[in-house]
Amino acid sequence: MTDCAVETRDLTRRFGTLTAVQHLNLAIDRGEVFGLLGPNGSGKTTTIRMLCGLLDPSEGSAIVAGVDVRKTPEQVKTRIGYMSQRFGLYEDLTVGENLDFYGGIYGLRGSAQRTRSDEVVGFLGLGQRLDQLAGQLSGGWKQRLALGCALLHRPPVLFLDEPTAGVDPAARRSFWRTIHDLATTGTTVLVTTHYMDEAERCDRLAMLSLGHLIALGTPDEVARQVGGKTLEDAFIILQERDES
Amino acid sequence: MMPRLWPMIRKEFIQMRRDRLTLGIMFGIPVIQLLMFGFAIQTDVRHIPTVVLDQSRTPDSRAIVQQLENTGNFRIAQYVDDRPALDRAIARGDAQAGVVIPNDYARALGHGTGASIQVIVDASDPLSSQSALAAAAGVAQMRNIEILAAAAGRATLPLDIRVRPRYNPGLRNPNYIVPGLVGVILTMTMVLITAMAIVRERERGTLEQLIVTPITKTELMIGKITPYVGVGLFQMTAVLALGRFVFGVPLTGSVWLLYGTSLLFIVASLALGLFISTLVHTQQQAMQMSFFLMLPSILLSGFMFPRPAMPVFFQWIGLLLPITHFLKVLRGILLKGVGVTDLWQELTVLAAFAVVLIALAVRRFHKTLD
Repeated sequence: MTDCAVETRDLTRRFGTLTAVQHLNLAIDRGEVFGLLGPNGSGKTTTIRMLCGLLDPSEGSAIVAGVDVRKTPEQVKTRIGYMSQRFGLYEDLTVGENLDFYGGIYGLRGSAQRTRSDEVVGFLGLGQRLDQLAGQLSGGWKQRLALGCALLHRPPVLFLDEPTAGVDPAARRSFWRTIHDLATTGTTVLVTTHYMDEAERCDRLAMLSLGHLIALGTPDEVARQVGGKTLEDAFIILQERDES
Repeated sequence: MMPRLWPMIRKEFIQMRRDRLTLGIMFGIPVIQLLMFGFAIQTDVRHIPTVVLDQSRTPDSRAIVQQLENTGNFRIAQYVDDRPALDRAIARGDAQAGVVIPNDYARALGHGTGASIQVIVDASDPLSSQSALAAAAGVAQMRNIEILAAAAGRATLPLDIRVRPRYNPGLRNPNYIVPGLVGVILTMTMVLITAMAIVRERERGTLEQLIVTPITKTELMIGKITPYVGVGLFQMTAVLALGRFVFGVPLTGSVWLLYGTSLLFIVASLALGLFISTLVHTQQQAMQMSFFLMLPSILLSGFMFPRPAMPVFFQWIGLLLPITHFLKVLRGILLKGVGVTDLWQELTVLAAFAVVLIALAVRRFHKTLD
């Protein structure tokens, strides 16, 4: 067994004639905050979905939290937390009901469930909003609730697909503080983004372009590899290259 | 076993309770439909507006008109003086039947030379014209017998055939319609609700979050339909209770058997909806497919039109619908008081529908996004 939280080998996904992700090789360490950076259509979401068992890879393999995703996708699902791009919780349930539901689905019961739920609620500051319908929350609170539901079963690996889309800057900043808190307790976080300030906050980055991995390393290293002074330069160089 | 089933059921139940409009429709539909079908729809047509051209104007002619009216099938709307007036009244739709008594009626009757009366019916509506024809023929036969018996000098008839309508001695319409209505209402609501169930989650984006959890496909499917079993049983109870107290539809068989059978049928209908849910991509498609299924459920199941009258091919198609089997069992229990020993075949078929459809739905559903 490897010591990596996530390891992919030649991971490839095709949709018809389009290759969304091509021969991707990644090794993410435990407790790392790892960013997937790239313009729209670069294959970030497809990669995350394959790692979560939501999409079958066309080729290659992936080990997540010690489990082979292609062989036993259902087993992976007990060991990961996932936040989709679009708010995926029930808007007609309250915050508390959503937490109860996902706690139950992740196999928590009775007092263990209550204790864990209280912990998550305290950690994310959801206490005042337990009785509010999820549909009435602002973007920032929706995102906290979604993170809460994904954390209930203490997953060793957390996948966040553009978690801060549509969230105001203050909420984004506190969200990132939370992510780093999680990482210090040993949770591995794989996050996609196209905000530069967020990418800077990752321990390491993988930059994707049209399904290819084109740079890998710390934010500074990635910027240099692509040929820009800053990450933002690198990103723009990349985007212009993709569009031409 | 299935540890995630209970959270799933509870969640579906809360969502159902919170969707007030749908809930109102589910509970309102049975009552409205029952009153509509029970009061408005009558297949035995009575009081057909009738126009009379009496050229004879004798006690005999007035007697025969009276006799026609006494059957209850004809209501004398108008007397006219000539044939064109009578034809006009029928053509305009003021009357649906016309009676013409020629001026030699009484004389011919007296001489025994074969008197005749003409009854004209507007057959563009076959249902009312049929009962008018039957009633006119009945009156003629009665009158003939009276005249012949008087001539032969005897008071009793040589042959008397007595028909005894069993299980529904009053030949009452509600006894036929109400059980059928239970089947139709359950099919309509159960199939439609679950047909939307999974696509709705897909459209709202909640399915993606749900299928990255360890919930199994079976837990998901069974959790989706369970809360609606209660709704179905409530609908059934409401229709049968109203049927009993408003329309006097009897319950001669076992109540337990009634509920057991209905449970099987409800689960089968929910499973059918669930299966549809795995075939379609949008809620709109789900709705269209459910309505596509409704027509045969009404037309071919024996709800309103007798199955033996249908061509064999359509009888076979009817057998592919759970409701066809359910109606047979339901009428058996309600009207005939039939027990399990006579109904096990249909019950087995209903159970098979439920199991096979759930299995198909689980098989077709994938916990991936493509």
